[in-house]
Amino acid sequence: MNEIKKDVKPAKVIGVPRPLIDGPEKVSGKALYAADFIPYDHMVGRIFRSPVAHANIIEVDTSKAEALSGVLGVVTGDDCDEGFGVLPIARYEYPLARERVRYRGEPVAAVAAVDVETAQKALDLIEFKYDELPAYFTSEEAMAPDAVSLHEHREGNIERDVDYDLGDVDGGFADADLVLEREYNCAEICQVQSEPHAAIAEYDAERDYMTVRASTQVPFYVHLMLAKTLKMDQSRIRMIKPHIGGGFGCRTECLNVELICALLARKAKGTVRLVVNREETFITHRGRPETDVKLKVGMKKDGAITAVDCQAIQRGGAYGGYGIVTILYAGSLINGIYQLDAVRYNGLRVLTNTPPPGAMRGHGTVDVRYGFEAILDELSVELGLDPIEVRRKNLLKEPYETLNEMFINSYGLPEALDIVERESGWKDKRGKPGKSGDGKYRGLGVGCAHYPCGASKPVNWTGEPHATVHLKLDWDASITVLTGAPEIGQGSSTMVAQCAAEVLGLDMTRFQVHSGDSKLVPKDNGAYSSRITYMVGNASIEAAQNLKTILVEAAARKLDARPEDIECLGEVYRAASQDEGLTFEEVVMAALEGTGTITVKGNFDTLPESHGTRKFRGGAIGGSMAYAYAAEVVQVAVDPDTAEVEVEQVWVAQDVGRALNPLSVEGQIQGSVWMGMGQAFCEGTRFHNGLPITGNMLDYRVPSIVESPPIDTHIVESVDPNGPYGAKEAGETSLAAFIPAYTNAIADALGVRPIDLPVTPDRLMELIEAKETEERVAAARDSSVAAE
Amino acid sequence: MSDDAKQSIVRSTLNGRPRRDFVPDNMLLVDFLRETVGLTGTKIGCDGGECGCCTVLIDGEPRHACLTLAAVCDGTEIETIESLDTGGRLAAIQRGFNEKLGAQCGFCTPGMVMAAEGLLRENPNPTDDDIRAGLAANICRCTGYVKILEAVHFAADELAGRNKEAAA
Repeated sequence: MNEIKKDVKPAKVIGVPRPLIDGPEKVSGKALYAADFIPYDHMVGRIFRSPVAHANIIEVDTSKAEALSGVLGVVTGDDCDEGFGVLPIARYEYPLARERVRYRGEPVAAVAAVDVETAQKALDLIEFKYDELPAYFTSEEAMAPDAVSLHEHREGNIERDVDYDLGDVDGGFADADLVLEREYNCAEICQVQSEPHAAIAEYDAERDYMTVRASTQVPFYVHLMLAKTLKMDQSRIRMIKPHIGGGFGCRTECLNVELICALLARKAKGTVRLVVNREETFITHRGRPETDVKLKVGMKKDGAITAVDCQAIQRGGAYGGYGIVTILYAGSLINGIYQLDAVRYNGLRVLTNTPPPGAMRGHGTVDVRYGFEAILDELSVELGLDPIEVRRKNLLKEPYETLNEMFINSYGLPEALDIVERESGWKDKRGKPGKSGDGKYRGLGVGCAHYPCGASKPVNWTGEPHATVHLKLDWDASITVLTGAPEIGQGSSTMVAQCAAEVLGLDMTRFQVHSGDSKLVPKDNGAYSSRITYMVGNASIEAAQNLKTILVEAAARKLDARPEDIECLGEVYRAASQDEGLTFEEVVMAALEGTGTITVKGNFDTLPESHGTRKFRGGAIGGSMAYAYAAEVVQVAVDPDTAEVEVEQVWVAQDVGRALNPLSVEGQIQGSVWMGMGQAFCEGTRFHNGLPITGNMLDYRVPSIVESPPIDTHIVESVDPNGPYGAKEAGETSLAAFIPAYTNAIADALGVRPIDLPVTPDRLMELIEAKETEERVAAARDSSVAAE
Repeated sequence: MSDDAKQSIVRSTLNGRPRRDFVPDNMLLVDFLRETVGLTGTKIGCDGGECGCCTVLIDGEPRHACLTLAAVCDGTEIETIESLDTGGRLAAIQRGFNEKLGAQCGFCTPGMVMAAEGLLRENPNPTDDDIRAGLAANICRCTGYVKILEAVHFAADELAGRNKEAAA
């Protein structure tokens, strides 16, 4: 009999900062990522990519490559006539180009060979004949009336035109005391996750069975697309997600890498390892599209917003991907942060001869939010109002229904604003232009943002719940969490285990988590749209409650008591009247007696009212069970001679509903803030005639530790009524708020307002010089007027 | 390997064990470690010298294994991430990254940890600026570096016996 401690209490797991459950594997180098699977008999996969941006394919002659000794398989567009894509309405991309190539670097053929050198030689032997077509590298060029269509079924190169008018927009502008109109160009952003894309596919020809390990955020979407493109039965494919070196949205849809790897493995009848390099990862980026944001906002003298008119044009690259969703998000998420009564939106998703972007962190909302918060700042300053007060003036009151029928049930933005205002010393420091003692100009700026907690309406509607979690209880009295929720570094495995542990009152040491093996874990849609904590967390709670019921009943049987009289203390179960009880091990033995190992499940589904609006086509996008909120203040110091901007300090407060693991929540918030900083001041892809010229980490520079500021991080807990223990998302919201806080801080410091992103020193210098010239001209004019 | 590549004999100490290898002259150390030896803890995150994920210690100094030929490592002592934990216990710097969440996705972590380990051996009491200088060649895309600074300070404190939790 196990000894029972007297003062036993249920373990407190939620709200306690804790390292990640898989942390020790990562810090010891034992964690295996896709490229770390290097079996002796593997073949090396390599991709032959298009040297031109737009052309009709005449011939892909692989005969010489196939004849090379050591080459075991070659595939081209002829090997796969099934399109892939995340949206059922936009599956017109092929793993290897067919008939036409549409961006420079698009895969045309691939080889599997015994080693790297042979594979490389084989690529050199592939003869690619093509007939070039006019290529378009900007949205404007692609939309020109005489432009050739990239795809026959997308006339005028428009992937989606979104147009709607909610509320009395014209009346709103007529009521305004001040109306400003601005245009912002925001550069295309890549995720630059640490791990380049990689896949390893093992094809067992004897059994016609495919096992794929790949760097992905959506193993089950990959599973689906593997079956589709290989024309194999889903049951003959096992998809395994190993450790993943970051995502940020670059892998929220199936990429050509996984599919090509599997096609090669089947062709070569063996195991193919396809590890693409950093340049290829940049080409296969699925980042944030270059966006032109045109905004018009009206405001009353007291700071109340009267109307919003927004146009967003996204350079969508050569294929659809998530594009339709991105352009819809850009519009829908104008709503839900402030009280807005009149909003007009026109969004254009344009097809261009550049690699397709996708669903990067803060999907769809970031660039429009930047423009919105920047124009709000400008309006505030022109009306002589404090920018934080203006935001307060426009706060909504929850529960709140937006114009596009998003429901806000928890709203911690007011508190977040209070915190960053107080902590930053806003009232003393802001609005004090002029040089500091060190010759620099200092300023403070504010920005706010929000983000949904999972898309309420699923992309692929099969009737399945949004999330399912299995808990397996075994004779060793440990609990294995089986979840399809992909751990990609965001801490989801830890979170799922925490939710279950809290219900059962058990310490985390009793739990192991298996995530992402299609033959073991329940299907899950994947790591995107900040859905996991909200949806999978709730499913885990339900599963644990079901398990607890079984354990309580077992304890009741053993103690000869009624289940309702059993008190569960985690490690001890006892009948209320008794002093002695049963240890957890004893309860487990009692529960498994006669039935063996138990697996219970828990599900989560969204409420129908969170599914968005039917007022316009695509109105489901933006609909979510909850929204997280962030406010940020940034302090900059600008060197007027070099226009170099140093971010001296960031204060951020994010409403995460409830911080299930405050350590992890802080890490997510800080990472978001920092990623926003990269977009604000240095990141952006560039192309020269369609050739990516920033395809490495020197030309596409992300901030190093040297220029990364202290981030004073505050957690606001609004306790969402439907979130798991009240939790909402933590990993995306704070990104978008940084960018306007940064440009607003520069405006506060210099009186010069940056417009286009990134705000590089040369761009800022141009603005400073233009202002100085303007001032000199004005001064000269004044003096000549005075002289007359 | 390339059929006519010249090869050299390399005598090294790798993670404390003496080795004698016959390696092609054009083989990168990172490929030697990962593919020949099978130590996959050292990662490749870029196309050469940009990200720092492959940082190892050569004679105690942090080096990019992707910018180092295996053949020039003759007579050297090489340490990779796999060498740090001893006797079933994580090294102080590894505990720092684990406890303070200096690692999220973990892909840059082996390189980051080895660079930090090299720094701490040189400078057991680094300031924030010392750490920034020491880790300037290592890119992390997850953390914003805030908790990486905390992780290195944690390790420095633990090595100096300043952490209460280390004593417990």
